[in-house]
Order: sequence, then structure tokens, then C-alpha cells
Amino acid sequence: MSTFVLLTITGLGLGAMYFLIASGLSLIYGLMGVLNFAHGAFITVGSYGTWWTSEHVFGGVHSTLLRFLLSALLGLAFGGIFAALVELVLIRPLYARHIEQVLVTVGLQLAFVALVTGIWGPDAKTFVVPVWLHATTDVGGAHIPNDRWIEIAAAAAVLALLQLFLRKTRYGLIIRAGVENRAMVQALGIDVRKAFTLVFAIGGIAAAIAGVLSGVYFNVVAPDQGTSLLIFAFIVVVIGGLGSIGGSALAAVVVGLTQQYTNYYGSAGVGDMIVVLLLALVLLARPRGFAGAVTGARA
Amino acid sequence: MSAVATRTLLSVRDLHVYLGQSHVLQGVSFDVPEGGVTALLGRNGVGKTTTLRAILGLVDRRGSVTLGDEELTALQTHRIVRRSVGYVPEDRDVFAGLTVAENLRLAERDQEPRYDLVYDIFPELERRARQRAGTLSGGQQQMVAIARALLNDNRVLLVDEPTKGLAPALVSEVARVLERLAELATVLLVEQNLGVVRHLARDAIVLDQGRVVHMGDAHELLAQPELVRRLLSVGAA
Amino acid sequence: MRSRLVADWGWPLFVFVALAFVPKLNVSIPKLFDQPISSPGTLALLSACLLFGGLALTYDLQFGFTGLLSFGHALYIAVGVYLSNIAITDWHWSFWPSILFTMGVAFLLAAVLGSISLRVGGIAFAMVTLAFAQAGAVLALKDPHHWTHGEEGLGADYTKLPKAFVGILNTKNLYWLALAFCAVVFFVVRWAVDSSPGRLWQAIRENEQRVEVLGLRPRAYKLQSFVLSSTLAAAGGIVYMLLYNGSTLVVTQPNFTLMLLLMVVIGGAGSRWGAVLGGILYTYLNDRLIAIGSSSTVNDLPHALRTPIEQPLFLLGVIFILIVVFLPGGLAGLVVRGRTSGLRRIEAAVRPEVDAA
Repeated sequence: MSTFVLLTITGLGLGAMYFLIASGLSLIYGLMGVLNFAHGAFITVGSYGTWWTSEHVFGGVHSTLLRFLLSALLGLAFGGIFAALVELVLIRPLYARHIEQVLVTVGLQLAFVALVTGIWGPDAKTFVVPVWLHATTDVGGAHIPNDRWIEIAAAAAVLALLQLFLRKTRYGLIIRAGVENRAMVQALGIDVRKAFTLVFAIGGIAAAIAGVLSGVYFNVVAPDQGTSLLIFAFIVVVIGGLGSIGGSALAAVVVGLTQQYTNYYGSAGVGDMIVVLLLALVLLARPRGFAGAVTGARA
Repeated sequence: MSAVATRTLLSVRDLHVYLGQSHVLQGVSFDVPEGGVTALLGRNGVGKTTTLRAILGLVDRRGSVTLGDEELTALQTHRIVRRSVGYVPEDRDVFAGLTVAENLRLAERDQEPRYDLVYDIFPELERRARQRAGTLSGGQQQMVAIARALLNDNRVLLVDEPTKGLAPALVSEVARVLERLAELATVLLVEQNLGVVRHLARDAIVLDQGRVVHMGDAHELLAQPELVRRLLSVGAA
Repeated sequence: MRSRLVADWGWPLFVFVALAFVPKLNVSIPKLFDQPISSPGTLALLSACLLFGGLALTYDLQFGFTGLLSFGHALYIAVGVYLSNIAITDWHWSFWPSILFTMGVAFLLAAVLGSISLRVGGIAFAMVTLAFAQAGAVLALKDPHHWTHGEEGLGADYTKLPKAFVGILNTKNLYWLALAFCAVVFFVVRWAVDSSPGRLWQAIRENEQRVEVLGLRPRAYKLQSFVLSSTLAAAGGIVYMLLYNGSTLVVTQPNFTLMLLLMVVIGGAGSRWGAVLGGILYTYLNDRLIAIGSSSTVNDLPHALRTPIEQPLFLLGVIFILIVVFLPGGLAGLVVRGRTSGLRRIEAAVRPEVDAA
């Protein structure tokens, strides 16, 4: 029983990470029709940004909690700014050239990981986190690593904030409408492209959170952390439905739990295979929105 | 054109549009006089909807589009719309996931959107403000689509087959609404229902195979069944 | 007509034959190569260049010529790399049966997975191919039957390999093998593309709907292209295994496919020889940049400049981005003027919906 509890919480923690990455990806693809491979770079900006800030800016701060929080805050900011810049400089000029947009994000991802490897080396770097996060909490006989709680909390917070943003603000309204029918939004006199940068920035911040948390999860930051999570995030996006935050959340939970359960109760690796094949299944059964551009992607 | 000389509000010159390999509009030129309703007629597939979309810049086009004194051709769609051009698209294109109120809110463009007017004409929409637009009937969605255009003080309204797929009772209602719209703005109306056209339109432009083949007074046109049959392939409505 | 024959077949044949003489040339090209080009070290590099030139072309057949964007091409290369080795080293089969078996499996796999994947198009197709390749990668990593040896990799049992391909003195044989592979792929692709199904692949890339209107079924033709491309890639995988004397997981990673994508785009997608050029150039630069990176001149450079050179993928990635944005026809597009450039032509295939009034 305690194993089951452990698996469930860890599965939810994993799902939380996937959701953080998938939420941005989903909005970006839903609104802009761009499959953003560079999202991995945003994750890396978050993790390395936080690590670097922790070492070089807040190194003298005594309280590890404060040091961690402040660094993380900056790491998030870096993520958002970097993402916004990527949209403005690389994506926007390639408007309506969809395949080139995808390729550019692929190239950016590869180049960025190489850059980080070049500057800081391929080895993992230790991350300074509050000691509490390394401890475990006893739940029903299972020893749950405390970082899982933070991951779940962070994902829940992001989910809530995103829903609030989408439902209560004007830009949220524009994004929700744009995901459905971009051309019609333009035909109402709204420049949807302003929302593009915003959506990228939001994605960047959420991905940066995932980056920070992956540093906590693994205890280290490494150049390729972003890429390995990215594939599963794609799966979550596809299963959850484009542009649907709620869908991504649900799919993230399903994928995270499935992986944990099957990897343990089945044999190692089975979970990963099932999840990957689930992706193929969903795409083949329901390719809408993925087979070609999103509706009305003209204006 | 009509006997009384009126100012030209919207002017289209030599519009060419290619969709894929197809040369859909082959040099369309016409003027829309200010005030009242100008009907854009023609058989299915001649390019009526494409013409409206071309004016709005929703498709790539060559040629020139002028509103008043201003050249619209180089502007992006949202800027054209901000020059006080309203659009009621052929398939309504309401946002299914948004509520009625949200659909309207999205359409707000001016400082003071005319909600009083909209709810006066469409009290139904006020009642259903919190309802998701995807769950509305076809007629109700049409109301939302028109209301969106009505909300702002537009100089010209491009309206594409507003009565398509509606029951006769609704058709009359929509016609009445259009009448009120015409009091407030110039309307360029694409319509297959000739009864509605006869009721509303002052002038008519007829397209055939991507070209303008007739321009003139709407009533004069509709009074000649032979001409109507030749150009529009329908008996008198 | 005759001049086209010469251009299409004569010149390339001449080039390939000329390249066959390289191992006999004890010539030094100082700036480009550390050692004379007939030395084993340089020959090994040239072999890799030719191998990847061929592999890149197999990818271009799908991508540049038929407009199929796949993120899982590496799967078939991995089949070539691993299955041949597994049969020889784990199952103790002899060489030629292993090769035939591998090619057969690759062909069938491509046919089955291809027909499934091609039920969708555009980005969905790309993701499905990625999914299948990932499944393969997981299988190779977890290694349930202890065949692939997971992260350790599987060294080839050299006693089973043809003597001609074993040993450093036989590096020139491997060079000729790689050259032969590149040449075969080149001519097969040339022939296939010029054939009547081949013209249909290009038509599908331009405008799939029109092909349908003509009463033809694009999916059958796309499948042809996919299967041919994947089978050739598996053959390349076998050459890879011989060249590197074993199998490692690197060929199962998504990055491996992306690397081919970079090669194709840099060289020029859908052009006659762009992909080969891209493969050769990329492999060469990748190798040389690492060598330059450890040289003393570079060590003296400020840290900021060293990074790009030490990490070839950074430079190559940036070049790739620049080409995508400014030169969609790739390097081949620089030379061949007056044609709609590579990526622009594929655009329609990856994003098929055209605005219907």
C-alpha cells in the first residue's frame, strides 16, 4: 500500500513537471500553430539561470530558502524574457512560414544546448536548495521526498493562475478566441500577433519553473535536462488537446501516473513505451488541429 | 447607378485573387455608394465571399481597395477593420468556447460600444449572455454575428449570406435587422435570397466567374426575369 | 536530351569514379586535413563524410522530394546498425544472412509503420514518427533480451565480418564501401525521382489535393517514398556498423534524425545533390571543429569565442538557423538559381489546408 502511495505522489509530481512544460507548448501551438522545440531551451534557461544566480548573485545570502527563492525568481524572469525575445526575433519574422518556424525552433534547441555545454561544461552542477526539500514526509507508510509537494503545488498554482488569466483578462479572451479561429479575431480588429509574444513569455516562465524544479528533483542541473522532459511534454500536449490548459492538466496526470505504475508493476521501460505509443494512438485517432495548420491560420 | 448622385464610400479596382491554382477573382471593380444597401449577387462559387474577404485582406490579393479617401490595400486586416469596417462572415464564425457576452466583449472596438442598441434589437442575447456560443442555435449565432458588427460605429458593413440555412421566420427577422443596420451604416450584402434583396437593396452588383458582369439599380435588375435567370440562374424569388 | 543524360548521370558518375582514387593519393592538404588523404585517419573521416552524405540523401528523399517531415528516420538507421550486429554477434549468424535479414526487417518495418504513420499528415505525421522512434529507443535502452547491451553498446564480432572490412590496413576498403553506398543512394534516388512515381512524389509535395483530384491516391505514393527512403537508410546503418565496428545508442536518439535534418537543410532540401553536400560538409565540420577546438591557437582565444568552436553543434545550429531564415534553398540554392527554394516548396505539404472561399 505504501508503495502505491509513493508511486501515486511521485506520479503526480512527474505529471506536474509535464504540465508546466505542456501548458506553454499547448498555448503556443494552439494559438500560433508553432511546434516549439525551443521550449527545451526555456527549461534550461530556468534551471541554469537559477543556478547561476544562486552562485554568483545571491551566494552570500545565509538563508538557503531565501537564496533559493530569489534565484528562482530571477530564473523565471530570465525564462520569460528569453522566450519573448525568441518570439520577436526568430518566430515573428517567419510568420506564415510554418515549416521554417518549426525548423528554427529545432535549430535553436540544438544550438542552445550546445552553447550551455560549451560555457559551463557537460557535467551536472549541484543546486543549492533548502534542506527541507531533501527530506521526506511520511504519508501512509510511504516516504515521500518533499520536493514532490513543491512540484505539485507549483503546477496547481500555475494552472489556477493560467485559468484566471484566460478567463478574466482581455488578452486571455483574445488567446482563447485566437486558438479557435485566428482569422476571425483579426477580422474583429484585434492584432493577434501581440498575443503571440505574451503567449511565448508565459510559456517561457512556466518552462523555467519546470527547469528550476527539475534541478530540485535531480539535485543537479545539466545541459540535456530540458530535452528529455520535452518529449513527454509533447505527448501530454497531444493527448490533452491543443490550446486546452485543462486538457493538458488532465493528460499530464494520466501520463505521469501511467508511467509510474507501469514502470513499477510492469517492467522498467514499459511505462515509457506505453506512453509513447499512446501518443501515436491519439494522433492517429484524432489528428484534428495537428494535421496541418490550426483553423483559419490566415490573417 | 441610382438616379440620385451619391458619394462613393467603398471602391474596389481590378481585384485579383488566386486560391491555390485557381484564379478566383479576375479583375473585379465596383463602387459602393454611401448609405443604404448594395447587394453583391451571383451564382454559387463566382467569388462573392472571396470578394468580401479580399476587401478585408483575409486573402492575398492584387488590386486596390479604397474606403472614402483612404487606400486600404496595404493595411493588415485588423487595421482595415479599425477603419470602421464591420464583418458578418458567411458561417457566422462565432467563438464556440466563449459565452455570448464574451463574444461581444471581444468585438468591442470603440470607446463606447453600443450595447443598448444591440440589446434593443436582440434582447435574446442579453438573456443568454452567459451561455456558451457553441450551444446556440443557428439563428441565435447569426444574431451574435450581426450584433458584433452592430456594437461598433462602422461606416461600412460587409455582410455575407446572413439568411443562409435559416427558417423563413428567422429570415424575415434578419431582414428587419438588416434594415435597421442600413439606417446606421452602408451595407455591402452578399445574398442568395432575392426576396431579401428586393426588400433591402438599392443597388446591385453581379459577379460571374470572378468578374463583374452587371452594375445598376437593384429593382431594375430584379424586374427583368430574363436577366435574372441569365445572371443568377434562378426564377424570380 | 543527351545533355541532360550527361548532366544527370555522366557528371555524377565521373565524380564518384574520381573519388574512388582518393585512397591512392598520398597527397597532403594542410589546412583541411591533418594527414595525407590516403592515411587511415583521414580516410576514416572521408568515409564518414560519404556515409552521412548518403544517409542525408535518404532523408531528403522523404523530406525534400516528397514533403514528408519525419522525426523518426533514425529508427531505420538504428535497425541497420543494431540488427545486423545482433544477428552476427549475439545470434552467431554468418555475415550475409545477417545482412539480408536486416534489410528484410527494415523493409517490412517501414512498410507497416509507414502505412500507419501516413494516415495523418503534416506535423501529426512528424510526431507519430517521433513516437515510433522513441519506442525503438526505449527498447534499445532497456534491452529486455540482452541483445543491444543498452548503454554499453554492442561491439561487433570481427571474426564474423568479412576480412576486407576488418583492421586498420583495410580502412581504404571501408572508404570504398562508404563511397559505394553514397553512389548507390545517389543514383537510386535520381532514378526514383525521375521515374513516374517519383514525379508524383514531387507533385504531392507541391499540391496534394490536385493529385487527389486526378484520381490518384497520394498515400500509396508517399508510402513508396517512405519505404524506399527507410530501406536505404537501413543499408546505411549496416555500413555505419562496419565503419564504427559496433552499435551504440546514439543512433536511436531523436538528435540523430535532427542531425540529418540539419544536413539536408544546410545543403539544400529537394535539390539534386544538396543533401549529399550537406552531409559531407556537416560531418567534416563536426570533426574539424573539435580538432581545431583543442589546438593551441584556440586555447588562447577568450572564453567567449572558444565556446562556439569547441561545441560544433552550436556553430552548426546557428548556421542552420541562418539558412532557414535567409537561404531556404540551402547551399545548393546559392548555386542553382531561378527555382523555388527547397523549404518553400515543402511548406505546402506540411501545412496542406489552403484557404477555400
